[in-house]
Amino acid sequence: MNPSPASEAGYATRNYLNLPATGLRSWLRTLDHKRIGVMFLVAVSVAFALGGFFALLIRLELLTPGPTVMDAMTYNRVFTLHGVIMIFLFMIPAIPSGFGNFLLPIMLGAKDVAFPRLNLLSFYIYLAGAAVAIWGMIHGGADTGWTFYTPYSTTTTTRVVPVLLGAFIIGFSSILTGLNFIVTTHTMRAPGMGWGRIPLFVWGIYATSIIQVLATPVLGMALLLVAVENAFGWGIFDPARGGDPVLFQHFFWFYSHPAVYIMILPAMAVISEVVCAFARKNIFGYKAIAYSSLGIAFVGFFTWGHHLFTSGQSTLTGGIFGVLTMFVGVFTAIKVFNWTATLYRGSISFKTPFAYFVGFLFFLVFGGMTGVALATLSLDVHWHDTYFVVAHFHFIMVGATVMGFLAALHYWWPKITGRMYHEGWGLVGSVLVVLGFNFTFIPQFLLGNEGMPRRYFSYPERYWALNVASTAGASVLAFGLVLVLVVILVSLRWGRAAGPNPWGSAGFEWNTPSPPPPENYHETPVFTRGPHEYHHEEPGGSPPAGPEPKA
Amino acid sequence: MNELMRRLLFLPEQASEHARQIDALHYFVIVTTMIAAAGVFLTALWFFVRYRRRKEGERTPEVQPRTIHEVLFVGVPLALFLLWFAIGFPQYARLSMPPEGAMDVYVQGKKWMWKFAYPGGPSSVDRLRVPANRPVRLLLTSRDVIHSFYVPALRIKQDALPGRYTQIWFTADKPGRYEIFCAEFCGLSHSSMIGELVVMPEADFDDWVDRQRRGLASVQDGAPVPGEEVLPGANLAEQGRRVAAEHGCLKCHTVDGTRHIGPTFTGLYGRQGRLANGKTVVADEAYLTRSMMDPAADVVQGFQNVMPTFQGKLSPPEVAAVVEYIKSLETPAAAKGPSEGPVYESVPRK
Amino acid sequence: MRPDSATTAHLAHHFESLEKQQHAARLGMWLFLATEVLLFTVLFAGYAVYRYLFGPDFAAASRSLATWIGLVNTVVLVTSSFTVAMGFHRISIGDGKGTRNLFFLSVLLGFVFLGFKYVEYSHHFLAGELPGRYFTSTVNAGPGAPLFWALYFLITGLHGVHVVIGMTVLAVVGWKAGRGAYSREYHVPVELAGLYWHLVDLIWIFVFPLIYLI
Repeated sequence: MNPSPASEAGYATRNYLNLPATGLRSWLRTLDHKRIGVMFLVAVSVAFALGGFFALLIRLELLTPGPTVMDAMTYNRVFTLHGVIMIFLFMIPAIPSGFGNFLLPIMLGAKDVAFPRLNLLSFYIYLAGAAVAIWGMIHGGADTGWTFYTPYSTTTTTRVVPVLLGAFIIGFSSILTGLNFIVTTHTMRAPGMGWGRIPLFVWGIYATSIIQVLATPVLGMALLLVAVENAFGWGIFDPARGGDPVLFQHFFWFYSHPAVYIMILPAMAVISEVVCAFARKNIFGYKAIAYSSLGIAFVGFFTWGHHLFTSGQSTLTGGIFGVLTMFVGVFTAIKVFNWTATLYRGSISFKTPFAYFVGFLFFLVFGGMTGVALATLSLDVHWHDTYFVVAHFHFIMVGATVMGFLAALHYWWPKITGRMYHEGWGLVGSVLVVLGFNFTFIPQFLLGNEGMPRRYFSYPERYWALNVASTAGASVLAFGLVLVLVVILVSLRWGRAAGPNPWGSAGFEWNTPSPPPPENYHETPVFTRGPHEYHHEEPGGSPPAGPEPKA
Repeated sequence: MNELMRRLLFLPEQASEHARQIDALHYFVIVTTMIAAAGVFLTALWFFVRYRRRKEGERTPEVQPRTIHEVLFVGVPLALFLLWFAIGFPQYARLSMPPEGAMDVYVQGKKWMWKFAYPGGPSSVDRLRVPANRPVRLLLTSRDVIHSFYVPALRIKQDALPGRYTQIWFTADKPGRYEIFCAEFCGLSHSSMIGELVVMPEADFDDWVDRQRRGLASVQDGAPVPGEEVLPGANLAEQGRRVAAEHGCLKCHTVDGTRHIGPTFTGLYGRQGRLANGKTVVADEAYLTRSMMDPAADVVQGFQNVMPTFQGKLSPPEVAAVVEYIKSLETPAAAKGPSEGPVYESVPRK
Repeated sequence: MRPDSATTAHLAHHFESLEKQQHAARLGMWLFLATEVLLFTVLFAGYAVYRYLFGPDFAAASRSLATWIGLVNTVVLVTSSFTVAMGFHRISIGDGKGTRNLFFLSVLLGFVFLGFKYVEYSHHFLAGELPGRYFTSTVNAGPGAPLFWALYFLITGLHGVHVVIGMTVLAVVGWKAGRGAYSREYHVPVELAGLYWHLVDLIWIFVFPLIYLI
């Protein structure tokens, strides 16, 4: 975590990594948003590795139609763990709590987030929730799927309650982080940073935070009700006692559908930064991209019913939710078109983060279009709860979000660590990840078309070939991710010093040294231009001057 | 064209007009998706090449969108999506509007089987027989957790919820056997909760109904054992029933379709099953006989190998009688007492 | 802006001015209150759904509650909100001791509220008016009754937890105010504690008609 503080040119020795101290204790008690962000990044990466391991177990089990390496009960637990870990421990906190924490104050010209103590508390709540959930997983494990549908989840004999409580606790971490970011964005902007100059990354995180603050309590309460039901039998969702199991689905998706946008909006936010930096071009349609993030955050609250098209809800309700869902598709399309248009007359440098942008664009277009196709009600009746849905949301969640995460990791790695990773190997890693991902999930679209339901432990033999293809792809993907990890870790020790702005980016965060000093800026900066402007400099000149120090 | 697209997209057979219409929309959606995606990707690709960085520190002009750009960015996808919706919504709405006079079947999901009951008639487990070209309405419920009734070949799916009824309908027009899956995760044997939809030519279905009626009628005429389905010429089966009862077969193998220590006899004959060693077999006469003589040889997946051998305990004619008995147990209602025979008029609806 | 010595003590290092810091604290509190409201919204939504499904059972169970206790509790909470508001007024004219006294009075009213709640709960326990499978009452024992009691205990229980948290916050802030921790210029914690108590009160204002009256 702490690179050698060699005093080479371009490596800022007076940085947040070794100030105020380097010991573990100084990290665990830090209030510095950068350190908290780094700790979150480490934690979510561990969760990602764990969730990925379970994903590989799933793919391994599905290699043959019958039992392959485990029994049905183990399989049910494994896919539940995969979902719970990936969603609650990785996807939701990954970009906002990790990169958001690190970058948001720097981008706004602030010294820290508004509530540094809450920020650290959020990290420990995350750890506590993770500990409770993992304890439950080791001692019995839930077998309900991450959706915890009642009445299965209230009657199963597996240990659902700790897993529910773990997710409930992590929800508070999410709320606190979101609250912190909203307040920071409103009150901590440096002079000259009007709402029209806020970097698009911050806009995306801001929209995400709104969802986190408004939707998470609903999920928390719903999960708590399931836990009460499971432990004490109060009957809220129990049909035998007059309860309505579908009501849980409404509560659950009221959070969990917006939660999908908690996962994708930050990735979109990252991509907006990356595409500008590597096309060296002002963003096409700043307002359109910023407002479409808010639009997704808003409309996202009114689309949950599209998970219930086959549950017996009324046709009209289904239709309304279908149309509302399509608006999310429109907002996403606005972004896709604007990013593509940003490339026009740019100066495109095909570095690793840009490679992930290309992958992201591909996955988002297909993931998004299949999402709208799923909202086309009659098609959903065939696809609902099949591998088509699995492939669709993995295109968004793994395809788009993980590409965004990896793009952010490579793009801001020099800023966070002060070191460059090896560009060639970084590109190799990105190619492997993108290809492996396609090999894994394109067969799953076809499996869904062919009618294979999700959460199947065994399957009829005609699905065999495509499952083998998917597992083969997963192994390529896993190999690519391991390579990425190795390349990144190697650079910590052997990477060359990055300098303050290795990409020649106009983003504000590149105006601080790498790694940044504890207080981010030596003086409160004053912003005199927007965050994505590349037309000011002289040709061949140095990177943009950015915020000018206060006179 | 339909066939080509269907195969390209790995779609299952189309056993109803509804399935063909859904697929038509499917093709349209896929083709427009591909065109739109190709448009974006080719544009991006052109930009990658045309505007690649030629020297470090290049300056780029500021390009801002005009209103027309954003209007197009919003309008084109919105129009396309609404077009999809305009086709899809009526299809979806139709699914909730069964035609008058549809034949009703009550469906109950239960861990981990499907029970089908014809109003006033017999019921069956995991095998739904319907006539071709006649609308069938399913009224679904569940006895425990949420299940979801899914027939890929018909492109229909409906959750079966405990404590309430949901409905869906279809008109299958292609005789054949199709899989019924449970699409909502329901526990340990979720993936084994597979039933069979048998679409019979109308004449055959009527024959089957007749056969059932006559069989049940003879029961009512005073057959020796009440509650037994006695098909014409089923003396051997009757003998088999007694043998099975005497030798304790029925202690582990139920005849009402429920899963006990061993697989139920009902609907066993002719069923395709996966064995513990991963192979699949069809439960034909040979398999049934072998299983009585050497039970450990081919244990069906999900069951323990606890059955003793009946080698030497059963004479060959007795074995044949038991096999014949199992063959006769197509539907579990047979064991449930005399019923009035299937009545295929739809129940009046509110 | 040159911060004066009275305020610099409270200014965190990462804020430019106390004004901004207080703005941040208030905004943060309002957002937090929004999450609290949404927490209760789930239960209210659940109540609405089951009230729709089991109207007569819910009405009967609701009528069996002692409305006068609910009414008294409403008055108690509204009064306590008033004393909290008075306490806030005292600190804004620099009277920390007055704030302490008024906040302690509010805590006392909180205890009165909980006392009445205890009387009610013990009655329900004796009568077997309990949630779900614990329901043993024979009067008003329609199919919806156990659900009513499940929601009753969830809503009032969660609200009770909030009352206890609010009382703790008021006690701590009141005690600190009495020791002179806040001044006319700097009293954001007093304001936020008051806001929280008002929220607790406001939720009760919704709970009371929902459960006791309609």
